[in-house]
Amino acid sequence: MSEHSHEEHHELGFIRKYIFSTDHKIIGIQYGITALCFLFFGFCLMMLMRWQLAYPGDALPVIGTWLPERYMPGGQMTPDFYNALGAMHGTIMVFLGVVPLAVGAFGNYLVPLQVGAADMAFPKLNGASYWSYFVGGVIMLSSFFLPNGPAASGWTSYPPLADIAISGQTVWLFGMVFLITSSLLGSINTIATIIQLRAKGLSFFRMPFFVWSQFVTAFLLLLAFPPLEAAAVMQLMDRLAGSSFFLPSGLVVSGTALQVAGGGNPVLWQHLFWFLAHPEVYVLILPAIGIVTEIIANNTRKPIYGYKSMVYSVIFLGFMSFIVWAHHMFMTGMGTTMSNFFQTTTMIISIPSVVLVTCLIISLWGGTIRFNVPMLFALAWLPMFGIGGLTGLPLGLATSDIYLHDTYYVIGHFHYVVAPGTIFALFAGIYFWFPKATGRMMNQTLGKLHFWISLVAMNGVFFPMFIQGIAGVSRRLHTPITYAHAQAVQGTNVFMSLSAWVLGAAQLLFIINFFISMKAGKKVTSDNPWESTTLEWATPTPPPHGNFDKVPEVHRGPYDYSLPGGATDFAPQNIA
Amino acid sequence: MDTVTYGWGLPPNVSAQGAAVDQLIIIMHWFMIVLFVGWGLFFLYCLVRFRARPGRKASYELPQTKLPKFLEIAVVIFEAAVLIGLSYPAWSRLKNDLPKPEDAVNIHIVAQQFVWNIHYPGPDNVFGKTDPKFISDSNPLGLDPSDPQGKDDVITVNQLHFPVHKPVLATITSKDVIHSFFIPVLRVKQDAIPGMKVPIWWEAKDTGQFEIACAQLCGNGHTLMRGFVSIDTPEQYDAWMKEQLAELTPPPAAATQPASTQPAAVQ
Amino acid sequence: MSEAQAQLIPYIDEPHPITGVTNSKLAIWLFLASEIMLFGALFSSYIILRVSDPTWPHGRMVLNVPLATLNTMILITSSVTMVMSWASLMQNRFDRYRFYMALTILLGCGFMVVKGFEYAHKFEARHFPSTNNFYATYFTLTGLHGLHVLGGILTNLYFLFFGSKMWKTNPTQFAGRIEVAGLYWHFVDLVWIFLFPSIYLL
Repeated sequence: MSEHSHEEHHELGFIRKYIFSTDHKIIGIQYGITALCFLFFGFCLMMLMRWQLAYPGDALPVIGTWLPERYMPGGQMTPDFYNALGAMHGTIMVFLGVVPLAVGAFGNYLVPLQVGAADMAFPKLNGASYWSYFVGGVIMLSSFFLPNGPAASGWTSYPPLADIAISGQTVWLFGMVFLITSSLLGSINTIATIIQLRAKGLSFFRMPFFVWSQFVTAFLLLLAFPPLEAAAVMQLMDRLAGSSFFLPSGLVVSGTALQVAGGGNPVLWQHLFWFLAHPEVYVLILPAIGIVTEIIANNTRKPIYGYKSMVYSVIFLGFMSFIVWAHHMFMTGMGTTMSNFFQTTTMIISIPSVVLVTCLIISLWGGTIRFNVPMLFALAWLPMFGIGGLTGLPLGLATSDIYLHDTYYVIGHFHYVVAPGTIFALFAGIYFWFPKATGRMMNQTLGKLHFWISLVAMNGVFFPMFIQGIAGVSRRLHTPITYAHAQAVQGTNVFMSLSAWVLGAAQLLFIINFFISMKAGKKVTSDNPWESTTLEWATPTPPPHGNFDKVPEVHRGPYDYSLPGGATDFAPQNIA
Repeated sequence: MDTVTYGWGLPPNVSAQGAAVDQLIIIMHWFMIVLFVGWGLFFLYCLVRFRARPGRKASYELPQTKLPKFLEIAVVIFEAAVLIGLSYPAWSRLKNDLPKPEDAVNIHIVAQQFVWNIHYPGPDNVFGKTDPKFISDSNPLGLDPSDPQGKDDVITVNQLHFPVHKPVLATITSKDVIHSFFIPVLRVKQDAIPGMKVPIWWEAKDTGQFEIACAQLCGNGHTLMRGFVSIDTPEQYDAWMKEQLAELTPPPAAATQPASTQPAAVQ
Repeated sequence: MSEAQAQLIPYIDEPHPITGVTNSKLAIWLFLASEIMLFGALFSSYIILRVSDPTWPHGRMVLNVPLATLNTMILITSSVTMVMSWASLMQNRFDRYRFYMALTILLGCGFMVVKGFEYAHKFEARHFPSTNNFYATYFTLTGLHGLHVLGGILTNLYFLFFGSKMWKTNPTQFAGRIEVAGLYWHFVDLVWIFLFPSIYLL
C-alpha cells in the first residue's frame, strides 16, 4: 500500500496543502518564491555596496537615513557594515538564492515530472528540506539585528578573522548548519527519485539532459557539503568552546595576546571550505546548463548535438570537481608539487566545460530557431558563460594567479558565470515552465524588454571588473581609492554602479510580469504550448497531485524533434 | 622611473621575474579571445542562417563533422603546453630558486591589523630573536632585548625600501589574521598567514615609488593597509638605512608595556 | 483517483527490479556516504593537526582506556541486538523484536552514560576543548559521534513505541524501516571502531 492513499480520501486543509505540503510541485514553488525574495534582498545589499564604491564616503540620500546608525551613521557606510554587506551578499546569493532556486525549485518541480514519477521518492523529507532551508534563511537574516551586525568575514569565513570576529559569525555558522541539512536531505531525495522512480522505458540515456544535470548536482551536494559541516562545527568550537582548531600559537591582536592554546592551522579551514565550495560552484552552474539544453532543443526543433558527449562530460566534470579545490589557495605558500597537481586538474576540468558549451552551440546548426523569451535568455547564456568560464583559465594557472588572485578579476569571473550565466538560465526556465505551472503565458513584450536591458546592464556591471582586476584592484575594499592604482580606474566604479541601477530597474519589469501574468496572462490553449517532447508537458495544466493521468511509458529519447516522416515536428517521449 | 602613471591595463612591471607572470596573462587572454571570437562568430552565423522562417524545417540529422574533435584536441594541447611549458617552470623558479641569504637583501614582513611591519636585520645581517611576550606598542614585533643581534635591527611601519638590481628575500607572516602582501608593479603576492613564515623573492629592475596593498580581507581596516615601496639606487638605499640605524633607540631591557592578558577580539 | 495517483510511489515495500533495493535502503546508503565524508573530514583534520604538533599527547596516556573499551563492547553488542531485532521481525516475532530493540536502546543509553562519566571526569580535571588541540579534537570527534548515537537512540525509541504501529498495517515496510535504522546504527558503531583506536590507543 502506498504512503499517500489515506490522504486521497480527505481534502487537505490549506495548511497541509500549501504550507506544509508534501507535493513536490508546491514545494518547488515554495523554494522558488522564497529564493527569488532572497535574490532580491541580496541584490539590494549589493546596491548599497555599489553606492559606497562609486561615491566613497558620500552619505547615501534617503535610504541612508532609514538604516540603523550603527551601520550608516549620517548615511555614510562604515567599513564594518561594508564588510558585513559583502559577506551576506555572497552568502545569501549562493546559499539562499541561486542554489535553492536552481536545485530546490527547478529540481523539485521538474525532476519527478521529467522521469514520469508521481512525486519525489520521499515527499515528507522533501517538505522537511524546504523548511530547514527556510529556518536557515531566517537565522541568517536575523543576524542583521545583532548589535555588532551580521557575519563580516566574507562568505568564505577565513579564520583567524572569522574565529575572533565579534559580529554575527556564530549565527552565520548555525544558519549554515540548517542550510547544509536542507541540501543533504534534498540531494538524497533527488538521487533516489532518479535511480528508482523512472518510468518504464526511460533508460538513463533517454533522460532529458536537465535530469542528468540535477543528478550530478545532487551527488556534488551530498558528498561535498559534509566537510564544510565539519569545518563549521570546528569553527563553532573555536568561537564558543575556546578551542584552537584554526588558531596558531602566538597570535597578538591589537597589542594583546590571544588567550588560546594555539597549535591550530588557519589553512585547514581553507582546505575544508574549498573542498565544498568548489563543487558548490558546479552546483551553481549544472542546473543552468540543464535548463539551457532543454530550451535550446525545444526552440531549434532538432535533437541536441552530442547528447552522449554531454552526459559523459557532466559526469566527468562532477568527478573532477572534487579534486581542484586548492586552486583557490595558490597564494597560501604552496610548493610546486601541490600547485602542479591542482593546476593540472583545473586545466583538465576546463575540457568538459568546453565540450558542453561547444555541443550546445553546434546544436544550433541545422535548426529552425525560434526567438521567444526563454530562448533569448538561453542563447545569451552561451556567450556569457563563455566569458565567465574562459576568465577562469588565467586564475587556474598558479603563475598568472599570483597577480590576479583576490583582485576584481576574480569577482568579474565568478559573477559572469553566476549572474548573466546561471541567473539568465533561471530566468529562461521561469519564462519557459511558467505556463505549465500556471496555465498562463508570461507577457512576451515585457519579457523581451527585461531580457535586452538585463543583458546590456549585466555586462555594464561586470565587464569593467576585469579592467579593475588587471589594474590590480584588490577585493573587499571599502574605499578602493586609498590606492593610486585603483584611483586610475575609479571611473569604472561609477559606470558599474549606474549599470547596477539599470539592472535593478529591469528586474522590476520581471517582477511585475511574474505577478500580473499569474492572474491575467494569456491562457494557454494546450497542455504543451511550446510543443516539447519531454514528459512534464504530458500532464494536465497545472499538473495535479500524482502528476500523470496515466502512468507514462517512454518509447524514445528526449529530443526527437523534426523526425523525418512525422506529422508534427516533435515526437513526445511517451508516444510510441 | 620615479613616478608611475597607473591607468587601465597591467601596471608597469618593474621586476625581473614578473615578466613570466605578464607573459602568461597575455598569452592566456589571446587564447581566450580566439576561442570566444571563434565560438561567437559561429554562434551568430547559426542564429542568422538557421532562424525560423516560414517553410524552414530543421534537420533531424546531426552535423557529421570531425571539426569539433580536432578543435577540442587543439585546445587540450594548447592548455597542456602553456601549463607545462610556462606555468610550471615559472612557479618552480619562484618557489625553489630562492636567492642565497648572503646575496640578497633580507627582510621579514609581518602583517598586522592594519599595517605592514618591515623588519631589517641591520648591518650584521642576522635577525634578532623575537617573542610574542615582548610585543608592545613600541616593540611591535617583540624583539628580544637580551639578544645582541637584535640591537641593530631596523623595524619600519609601512615603509619598504630596497635597492634596485639586487634580489630581495622576504619572509611573510602575520601577527593576527590572514593578510596578503601584494605589490602590483613587482607582480608579487603572498598570503601573510599567522603561524606560517613563507619566503618569497623578487628583483627590481627600475627605481621608483610604489604601493603595497592588502589582498585578503583582514577586518574593518583592510582598505587602509596601504604601504609604501621605495625602490632606491644603492646609494639612496644605503643613505636611508643609515638614517634608520641612527634613529634606533636601544630596545628597553624589559618591555615598558607588557602584552596584557586580556583576550581581545577585533574585526 | 487516477491510475497514477493510486500507484503513487513504488518500491517502498518491494525492491526495485534492477537496483534490488527499496527507496529507503538506497537513501540510507546515500546518507551514510555523506556521513563518511563528514567523519572523514574530521579524521583528516585530526591527522593534519596531530602531525604538525610534536607536543600532542598519546591518547592512552591521558584518556580512560578501560571505560572506552567498555563502551566499545557496549556498542558492538548493541549492533548485534539491533540485527536480532530486525531478524525477529523477519521471523514474525514482534515480541522478540520489542525485546531486542529495547535492549539496543538501553545499551545505547549505557554508552551515553559511560561517556557522561568520561566527560565529567575530564571537566573535573579542568580539561576542556580550550585546553589544547588534543582535547579539542577529543571532545569534538567523540561529541559529534555521541550526538549521532543520541539521534539513533531517539529514532529507535520512535520505532519501539509510536512507530511500531506500522507493524499491524504494513509489516513489510516496517521491517524495511528497522533494517534501514539498523544500517544507520551499524555505521555509528563503525565510526566508533575507528575513533577508539585512533584517539584512545595511539
